[in-house]
Amino acid sequence: MAEANGGLQIKPMDQFMVKPLFGGDTVGIFTITNVTLWMAMTVLAVTLLMVVGARGRALVPTRGQSMAELTYSFIYKMIEDVTGRDGVRFFPYIMTIFMFVFFSNVLGLIPWSFTTTSHIAVTAVLALSVFITVTVLGFVLNGASFLRLFWVDSAPLALRPILALIELISYFVRPVSHSIRLAGAMMAGHAVAKVFAGFAAALGAAFFIPILAVTALYALELLVAVIQAYVFTILTCVYLKDALHPHH
Amino acid sequence: MAADANDAVGMPQLDFATFPNQIFWLVVTVVVIYMILSRVALPRIGSILAERAGTITADIDAAETYKRQAAEAEAAYHKALDDARAEAHKVAEKMRAEIQADLDVAIAKADAEIAARTAESERRIGEIRDSANEAVEAVARDAAHQIVALFGVTAEEKAVTDAVSARVKGGVA
Repeated sequence: MAEANGGLQIKPMDQFMVKPLFGGDTVGIFTITNVTLWMAMTVLAVTLLMVVGARGRALVPTRGQSMAELTYSFIYKMIEDVTGRDGVRFFPYIMTIFMFVFFSNVLGLIPWSFTTTSHIAVTAVLALSVFITVTVLGFVLNGASFLRLFWVDSAPLALRPILALIELISYFVRPVSHSIRLAGAMMAGHAVAKVFAGFAAALGAAFFIPILAVTALYALELLVAVIQAYVFTILTCVYLKDALHPHH
Repeated sequence: MAADANDAVGMPQLDFATFPNQIFWLVVTVVVIYMILSRVALPRIGSILAERAGTITADIDAAETYKRQAAEAEAAYHKALDDARAEAHKVAEKMRAEIQADLDVAIAKADAEIAARTAESERRIGEIRDSANEAVEAVARDAAHQIVALFGVTAEEKAVTDAVSARVKGGVA
């Protein structure tokens, strides 16, 4: 991973560049890029886990089927716990979000790979689609009473307009924090790993110190990858709950 | 790896020229994952889980049924055992009664026979005693006649006889 051959010349951001896979310099909308490749890998991983793993339909599950079932039950239970029984009909959508983010994060940890979720373009589209879906759904299901989400009944009357303003701002900040949290966590970890790896090349005899640091960081990054996928999904559930049950 | 001309300038994340490409492939990917999950994976796993839950419930029910059947069988077994025991007791009791009846009849018969035999024996003893008494009397009469004749006294035949008879009847003094 280190490119600094002689002299401290670390380029931690190179790994995030979107490049065409089959030559050419311009990245058009339909160009096959490393984004395409690693998103296809995500599809492949999802298929391996959820389709191939459960292929046997065994009553007593194999290891692969067990993992598929655990993933299924984990997200199913998360939706049930956060949104209540009526949120379960959105299970396929939330499962799609979780599977995509989870495998993008984890596959991004493979050396020389490309982390699609480290790009704000990707996470912002995901977060905005959640935001728009939840807002539209809130008005469709509850009509104008969805606005009561911003009117805190339990607060003193004088405070309610101020609280409503704060609630409104925090509501519109949601997609921003939702997307930047994920992209930022992914980008920061990968960039730091690259910087440490560059140190290893530059330090010569003491190379093992940054390598140990990279190893420890890698374990932490694996944890972050899984936790960020979990956080992104559970926040989606929380926002969905607001659309389903807008009353505090 | 990356040629110098391709080095990132600032953050590649903020290179808006790549946004359409990323967003296009993201939408394609998410739609494909959604299709795979909603059409194939989730219904399949859901049905596996439902089937397993159903099987477990059915197995528990079956186990419950078998347990109840075992308890019923045990009760039936105990009942049959008790019935057989009662039956055996009844048969034994009946047998004992029949044997007792037979025995009673036999005892009665034996008693009657014994009584008849005893009576017969007593009669014959009586006869023997009577004949013995007669013989004693005859001997005594003859002896008395002889004795009287030896004394030289002519005694009336009948008087001696009567006297002897009276003495024999009253018991030998």
